[in-house]
Amino acid sequence: MAHDTIVEDNIDVLVVGAGLGGTGAAFEARYWGQDKKIIIAEKANIDRSGAVAQGLYAINCYMGTRWGENNPEDHVRYARIDLMGMVREDLLFDMARHVDSAVHQFEEWGLPLMRNPKTGAYQREGRWQIMIHGESYKPIVAEAAKKSADKVYNRICVTHLLMDESKENRVAGAVGFNVRTGNYHVFKSKTVVVAAGGASMIFKPRSVGEGAGRVWYAPWSSGSAYGLLIQAGAKMTQMENRIVLARFKDGYGPVGAYFLHLKTYTQNGLGEEYESKWFPELQKMVGKEYLDPEASHRTHRPIPTCLRNHALINEVNAGRGPIHMVTMEAFQDPHLEEVGWENFLGMTVGQAVLWAATDVDPKNENPELTTSEPYVMGSHATGCGAWCSGPEDVSPPEYFWGYNRMTTVEGLFGAGDAVGGTPHAFSSGSFTEGRLAAKAACKYIDDGKAQGIRVSDTQIEDRKAEIFKPLEHYTVYRNEVVAGTVHPNILSPRQALDRLQKLMDEYCGGVTVSYMTNEKLLNIGMKKMKILEEDLEKLGAADLHELLRAWELRHRVLTSESVFQHTLFRKETRWPGYYYRGDVMKLDDENWHVLTVSRRDPKTGEYTMEKAPCYHLVGMDE
Amino acid sequence: MPTFVYMTRCDGCGYCVDICPSDIMHIDPTTRRAYNIEPSMCWECYSCVKACPHHAIDARGYADFAPLGHSVRVDRDEERGTIAWKIKFRDGREKEFLSPITTKPWGKHIPKLAEVSGPSKEMRDSQLLFNEPKYIRMDDGGLHTLESNGLKMKEGVYY
Repeated sequence: MAHDTIVEDNIDVLVVGAGLGGTGAAFEARYWGQDKKIIIAEKANIDRSGAVAQGLYAINCYMGTRWGENNPEDHVRYARIDLMGMVREDLLFDMARHVDSAVHQFEEWGLPLMRNPKTGAYQREGRWQIMIHGESYKPIVAEAAKKSADKVYNRICVTHLLMDESKENRVAGAVGFNVRTGNYHVFKSKTVVVAAGGASMIFKPRSVGEGAGRVWYAPWSSGSAYGLLIQAGAKMTQMENRIVLARFKDGYGPVGAYFLHLKTYTQNGLGEEYESKWFPELQKMVGKEYLDPEASHRTHRPIPTCLRNHALINEVNAGRGPIHMVTMEAFQDPHLEEVGWENFLGMTVGQAVLWAATDVDPKNENPELTTSEPYVMGSHATGCGAWCSGPEDVSPPEYFWGYNRMTTVEGLFGAGDAVGGTPHAFSSGSFTEGRLAAKAACKYIDDGKAQGIRVSDTQIEDRKAEIFKPLEHYTVYRNEVVAGTVHPNILSPRQALDRLQKLMDEYCGGVTVSYMTNEKLLNIGMKKMKILEEDLEKLGAADLHELLRAWELRHRVLTSESVFQHTLFRKETRWPGYYYRGDVMKLDDENWHVLTVSRRDPKTGEYTMEKAPCYHLVGMDE
Repeated sequence: MPTFVYMTRCDGCGYCVDICPSDIMHIDPTTRRAYNIEPSMCWECYSCVKACPHHAIDARGYADFAPLGHSVRVDRDEERGTIAWKIKFRDGREKEFLSPITTKPWGKHIPKLAEVSGPSKEMRDSQLLFNEPKYIRMDDGGLHTLESNGLKMKEGVYY
């Protein structure tokens, strides 16, 4: 197969990945760089790509300052307690003070936001969530990005970033291949906004066989946000902070609207409330500061998501499962019943299919809940991602190095899942982060920071050879065996993925071990990871589709290695219900009220770990 | 619920191939019709089902947990700006839902930022984004800052 080299030169802003973060970046970049060259490289088709491809039934991050509902700092405090203190409050404050302007524009563009008929304000689902008819959320924001970009390259799997050879630690663009034509694509760019996805499918899923795709986060979220950044030597933060979701069993249908709007609630197999009985023990593990049910009852301070998971996991392990969502009361109201169903049809059709297949009508029976396998991402209720600079007017010195949302690599920016320490951004917050990154990228160029970038032909040709190697390897070795998938010298992307998932599950706190790990297990796991990486030299791809899977796998492996390193580094159990360090089962604020920061040396592959101070947003007089 | 394609309805137009976020809808070289090449990487997102002009694509719940005999059909109408769903349970019961997908003609109300008047130097040096501060509260108020909200960033343990 011939692989023509297609070069797109003189790009100012290259957006890698056009989900909500990437579309926000491309849209906004045009305003600050009206004469700049803005290019999008997207792995799938921008009209239906990213985590919102299927649609959304709610925008989960909207302040509503327009209606006097919340201020940005209220949202920061909410994210802080939900993540047990470990967030980047400068980035969160910045996102929260801008996010409403994105949402108001979405409405103007045609996104149907529901209104509360009594107040005229947007229909609230919860304190931060507003309800929408969001089936076409993605096509609408895609349209905005297309209007701003000079060109959208669909079906380009970006595998690596290009690095400047005249100045150390400066980005110079990206490379990848076209999943359809097999052409090699080189994007030479002054700045890059990485807005690719977080990582699904790095832990063994509960489902098996065909159902392995029924994951909570999209199967195409291949950890490329992290794979690309880690390979380039960008510092990462909070990569240990994987998330586990309590969701409707098997279909993983969302529960937000059910809890918040429909007022459904959970009970154990005996029909009892179970959460509160786990809280006294749990309080001893994490401290009253993080779990104070009485205070939560009095005020609107939430009980952290991970701690509620902990109760569910333990109740099931104590033999009192299954956990049910009590829907039979709410669903007697025909309007609420409609909301409940449309909630799934708008964003998790599979749950509706499952209930249809199993004759579950939540009006007549209470559906089961379960906890998912872990996911590594940075825009839902967790904050894995790159260590990025904050805005000049908010960030303390340790959090600021010139350009908002710039990683520790010059000219390399992040948005959405790529940015660490900013949980609870969701769709609107990710779009907002893209806008912030784009403005900063344009400023970086205008300040003359991107001058004299040099990329040698050697770098370009070396990457090309590396990218297509799995196809080459397959061609060379396939005839060594008669037929079939069992081969002593070829590992298929699926086989390698299965191995990764099993290893992550058993050694890094997956679902089959009830999210438990410890130092010994982590060290064994990391040894096995090294061997897996050696074997990836024998990754074989029979066609371009498998080549896509091969590179997604590479990004997942890089992500997983980082998760191991961070999990080993943080010697405490900070988020019971997300994962447990069995050797240190307590939260330890004395030593670990810090953010974890890592860097993988791109030349040696060696990791260095450090602690970064955790700043909080407090009143002027505190 | 991975997708599958009905032989008699598919004409091999490739709309599903073009839209699938997971790159799993491909054209079979023998029949020249589309099929799902990798059901275990299907998220049941329905992008292909909605895109198919012949309603040739359907979904069948994942074999590892979903019994047979159900269907969830959809008709997305861009011109009318609606999406219609029909759920058929295994026992034959049916439910139907209809929702809007947009409130405006497609793309007409999204600004072309190359054509709006560009930002001033003052705006470039500020923390404001396009359409701000106006669109933050749809009023004349400014952007929130630490000062305006009486806040500071402080190292230490706060809850």
